[in-house]
Amino acid sequence: MKTDDLIRSLAQDSAPRMSLAQALLYGFLPGVAVSLVFYSLAIGLRPHLFTLLPDWRILFKIAFPVAVFACAGPLALQLARPRGDPRPLVLILIALLIVLAGAVLIELAVVPPDLWRVRLIGHNALVCMVLIPLMSAAPLVGTLIALHRGAPDNPGLAGAVAGLFAGAFGASLYATHCPDDSPLFVATWYTLAVLVVMAVGALAGSRWLRW
Amino acid sequence: MAVTGGADDFRSRRRDNTRPKRHVTPSRVFANKLRGCVRPDRDSEWSSLLRAANAGDSLSYQRFLRELAPVLRAFVRRLLARTNSAGAEAEDIVQDILLAIHLKRQTWIETAPVTPWVFTIARHKTIDALRRRGRHVDVPIDDFTEMLTADTEEPNLASLYIDRQLGTLPEVQRKVVQAIAVAGDSIAEAAEKLMMTRGAVRVALHRGLAALAARTSRGGGAA
Repeated sequence: MKTDDLIRSLAQDSAPRMSLAQALLYGFLPGVAVSLVFYSLAIGLRPHLFTLLPDWRILFKIAFPVAVFACAGPLALQLARPRGDPRPLVLILIALLIVLAGAVLIELAVVPPDLWRVRLIGHNALVCMVLIPLMSAAPLVGTLIALHRGAPDNPGLAGAVAGLFAGAFGASLYATHCPDDSPLFVATWYTLAVLVVMAVGALAGSRWLRW
Repeated sequence: MAVTGGADDFRSRRRDNTRPKRHVTPSRVFANKLRGCVRPDRDSEWSSLLRAANAGDSLSYQRFLRELAPVLRAFVRRLLARTNSAGAEAEDIVQDILLAIHLKRQTWIETAPVTPWVFTIARHKTIDALRRRGRHVDVPIDDFTEMLTADTEEPNLASLYIDRQLGTLPEVQRKVVQAIAVAGDSIAEAAEKLMMTRGAVRVALHRGLAALAARTSRGGGAA
């Protein structure tokens, strides 16, 4: 085929396409809906959550994954674009990690050492490790479908950040149910659960996001 | 002095004819140095063409791709020369890049410069093609993409690669792509010839082109 013929046929296929951000929205929202249905049917809000809210630990436990979520979405978009610039968002993520470390340090300072272990293990670490990836699964699929329209320079990395995005969503949702409030618990088990989702995302991304 | 203005000229003329390059050539080195500066307006011109294209203007889109092709050709050849793979089919890779630019055009942000975006895709696709030939490629090209131009008038080059891939497409997609690309039909003409609706032709064309692009990234190889 002559290159000019190819160009002519490409030009015939010139219907406007959805932007990447729109695609992410349309891919992610159905996944969110699936997770919310599962959440409301099987898990539900923690009893008395709103009367407990003023506690800084609970606030932090919910706000932190929400912040990571809000950062990971744009980061995934940047990584899915040729010549995207992920640096500012990576810096924000690093800052968030420092905040997490700070919360852990404050907790260690406030809580007597013989309680550390109890706070760390919590009531249901295993439930956390199962429910967060479970509620992240559908959003992860939607995110990957959206990013498939992109052109990531590093598909595995883009997949991992898609996992961070979906995992942080799952963690935010789970935080409204979880009875364990200590930053020690959050920093350990939430992080592990999200890392699981990121690993799945990286694996899927390195296959599915190649272009 | 060559004609420089007149956007309407671009369809019939190659980019080179529009540049006053040969008038400022005291030496080859100097000309090479100048290349990046000769058309500082290239990016804004390409940007407005691609912006119009993304809004659905297929003439602007065609003009954009036609201007791009010789530049991409020079880019690929230079990269092949640098990696001592000069024997490779440059035109296969050029067509591969054009397909990728087409399918990924929504990843360009309309306010960002378009040239770095184009060359990032071109580099990705070229390196991909070389890797499939079993070469280890590590090419830092950031420093020289800006200096690339289409420096020679080219005949309308062909590649057999896409023709080979065409044979593996589902029948409807193959017929539509062939009608439009090879026979030169418009969407309407192809619809009439194949007794399909225009919408169905559009869908089949898009899927066919996407499938062609997917064949290469799945490792079918431009080799």
